Amino acid sequence: MTLSLLFFSILAVLGISSAIVTVASKHPVKSAMALVFHFFILSGFYLTLNAQFLAVLQVLVYAGAIMVMVVFVVMLLNLGDEEKLKIRYNAKQYLAIGLACALAMMLVSVFVVNFDLRQFDPNLSLNAGTVTALGKELFTNFLLPIEGVAILLTAAIVGSIALAKKKLN
Amino acid sequence: MLTIPLEYYLIISAVLFTIGTIGVLTRRNAIIIFMSLEIMLNSVNLTLVSFSSYFGESSGQVFVFFVMSVAAAEAAVGLAIFLALFRNKNTIYVDEVNLLKW
Repeated sequence: MTLSLLFFSILAVLGISSAIVTVASKHPVKSAMALVFHFFILSGFYLTLNAQFLAVLQVLVYAGAIMVMVVFVVMLLNLGDEEKLKIRYNAKQYLAIGLACALAMMLVSVFVVNFDLRQFDPNLSLNAGTVTALGKELFTNFLLPIEGVAILLTAAIVGSIALAKKKLN
Repeated sequence: MLTIPLEYYLIISAVLFTIGTIGVLTRRNAIIIFMSLEIMLNSVNLTLVSFSSYFGESSGQVFVFFVMSVAAAEAAVGLAIFLALFRNKNTIYVDEVNLLKW
């Protein structure tokens, strides 16, 4: 029991600190590397929740595909540090941070106050995250959304090529 | 043994969502705003997965699957927009792109 809690707290500290590094570091490459680390930590969270398929998918899709694209664009644009990062924290920025903290208070308080959430039941969730269960759900109840996602991805590929091309004729 | 209360996962994802919100609101580099957006999407994914595990339902994880595919599509289109933006305006800082402002 304490071992799982220890593992969870290590994951939590690493996940939150890597998210902070992503948001706060000046250079885009540094934030991208921190974000890759963050995605691996999230995949660890999914493993503690018995969601093996999503843990693999997290590493493949986010840490693999999306972050490669982001790093590629960062390298292509060759951006430097964001110089005015410190100076630019004016009243509006503080207002934004205050609003975000208020949002955090609301989000956390909703869960803390008095919802009688059930304790974790490992027997219940052992089969929810397997490839078999997810595949069964995906290709029976969610067949139409899957086709919609296919169309969406095709449209995204065509759209991104059209947007990134030099001239459109 | 996994005996962590559900609230812990929800609080972690709330904190991550807030960090992402701060990033979106305060940064001016469009790529870092995009990455903060990914943090927000992932915190919601964490909520979905934890609820799905705690109630033994697969459908929550199917939703995460859809969120991931939408995020991939968003990444492709968004980064193409950044490239086009950089090519036209020679900047990627969102406060210098004020064509639609007056």
